[in-house]
Amino acid sequence: MTRWFRQPPPRGVLLAFLVAGLAACFVIEQFGLVDDYVRFVLITLGINIILCVSLNLVNGWMGEFSVGHAGFMALGAYLSACVSVKWLAWGDPLWMFPLAVIGGGLMAGAVGFLLGLLSFKTRGDYLAIITLAFLMIVKSGLENIPYVGGPRGFLGIGNHTTLLWTAVWTVLTLWAIRNLVYSRFGRGIVAVREDEIAANAMGVDTRKAKLAAFVVSSFFGGVAGALFAHQLQFINPGVFDIVKSTEILVMVYLGGIGSLAGSILGATAFTFLSQVLQPLGTWRMVILPLILVLLMIFRPRGIMGMREFPWFVPRREFPAKEGKK
Amino acid sequence: MDYFAQQAINALQLGSIYALIALGYSMVYGVLVMINFAHGDVFMVSSFFCLLLLLVLPVPFVAALIIVMLATAILGVAIERLAYRPLRNAPRVSAIITALGCGLVIQNTTLSISPYSQRMPELFTPVTWQFGGVSISSLQLLIIGVSVGLMIALDFFIRRTRYGMAMRAIAQDRITVPLMGVPVNQVIAMTFAIGAALGGAAGVLYASAYPVISATMGVLVGWKAFVAAVIGGIGNVRGAVLGAYVLGAVEVFTVTVLPSTYRDLVVYSLLLVILIFKPYGLLGRPAVQKV
Repeated sequence: MTRWFRQPPPRGVLLAFLVAGLAACFVIEQFGLVDDYVRFVLITLGINIILCVSLNLVNGWMGEFSVGHAGFMALGAYLSACVSVKWLAWGDPLWMFPLAVIGGGLMAGAVGFLLGLLSFKTRGDYLAIITLAFLMIVKSGLENIPYVGGPRGFLGIGNHTTLLWTAVWTVLTLWAIRNLVYSRFGRGIVAVREDEIAANAMGVDTRKAKLAAFVVSSFFGGVAGALFAHQLQFINPGVFDIVKSTEILVMVYLGGIGSLAGSILGATAFTFLSQVLQPLGTWRMVILPLILVLLMIFRPRGIMGMREFPWFVPRREFPAKEGKK
Repeated sequence: MDYFAQQAINALQLGSIYALIALGYSMVYGVLVMINFAHGDVFMVSSFFCLLLLLVLPVPFVAALIIVMLATAILGVAIERLAYRPLRNAPRVSAIITALGCGLVIQNTTLSISPYSQRMPELFTPVTWQFGGVSISSLQLLIIGVSVGLMIALDFFIRRTRYGMAMRAIAQDRITVPLMGVPVNQVIAMTFAIGAALGGAAGVLYASAYPVISATMGVLVGWKAFVAAVIGGIGNVRGAVLGAYVLGAVEVFTVTVLPSTYRDLVVYSLLLVILIFKPYGLLGRPAVQKV
């Protein structure tokens, strides 16, 4: 059994799992097999996985430290809410909602591009400060735009985030980031983490790699924000604060940096933990950062830091079998 | 003109408080090259210490200031000992994350214990003087005076004493200095103690100037001070003071031109602009990266 999991799955198994999972989501949704609470938690789980994997691209694979992910989420959430409530409200959610989500992602991605430009000059602590400033600017900027409700928030967003859409976007995110980090170009992103100067000297275009990582990461951050907005049906700027960013950081470092399986595990553990701790009220937000601190001290690599579940690794990464040479 | 002078005094008052907090950020960064994100929350907790002290025992201003500074210094050292010291040789990112986590632990613990803003009893009955159209209260003078006094004392300490010299030496080279017999752990603990104590002083002064305190103050006020430290050039003690007064002025004069809700937007945009054009702040020196 264990040996079986150390190899790539037989061809088609991953696809079969995928189709079965999506079909299950559709059936559950269509026939109302789970109650609203379970559905809510599952959708939250999906959104958290998207957030965790996409932040892991910048903080894990690229080795930078961004605390601004909630800012991208906010951009995606607000733009998609504008699309679905104000600009295309007459549309059928079937095509209008994906459009809103993609719009939210693009908005976040465009701003991520600008932030990526800033990352050329600075890195490390100063980049962390820049992302912090970005987060604060987004939050206080949104508070000053009456068009989107200002500090009171954006009301009356339709409940369009279905289980199926969440699953589709989660799979898309995982697929896109897996293919990015295992591509030739994506190696450059990992090289930036290991040694930027050496990577540059070896001919890696580190600027392009950084831009790509920031844009992709923020695009999916925006997508997650859009799904989040249409799940809660109410957003206000205060939701997307440093606490939200820290929650995503907890998921990333709990699961482990530079790992898809780790991101999924981290997001899952975090989602269920925060549901279980719900009765504790605000003490919950004492325990979660405390976990983060203890993790950093006692197990800085998280559950699966820098390791990967072989099923997520492209087949070509494995050595060819003896017989097939 | 009177209006301008009045606002200038308000800016000085705010800038003084920012400067005291910013010094804590800057000293720790200078010595350990680490952003102590928890410092803003240490400042916040210190004003709750002050509140608790006054509820238990109504002491005069000076005694409150000293007791709170001591208590906050102990808290600062405890955080360093428990959370930061085990990570001193870990990757830098681990230290930043831990600091962020510590800050949130402090903030949310305070929030859980005191969910609502608290009103501070009056520490000090201010007298107000009129100079033409400008009014100055004795409280404002006290805040500016105490802050400037502490800053001068700190500058003297860093530049003229053996411990100050040890601090500067560790900032320059943390590998070699212990070989020369400098007790590094002790000096670093003291850096945290002094930084936290200054934050504690800021907490008392802030609570007497703006007597409604809440758990979110660490983010609202403490992080502005952090912005000040970055604007001045983080790691540079004089830069932190300069940055704090610049920030205080910007904030006060923003409100005279724009609605007050734009204050955060302007402050953080200023931070972004300064980091783009002068990435190491007004007085900071660029870090040389050795290959």
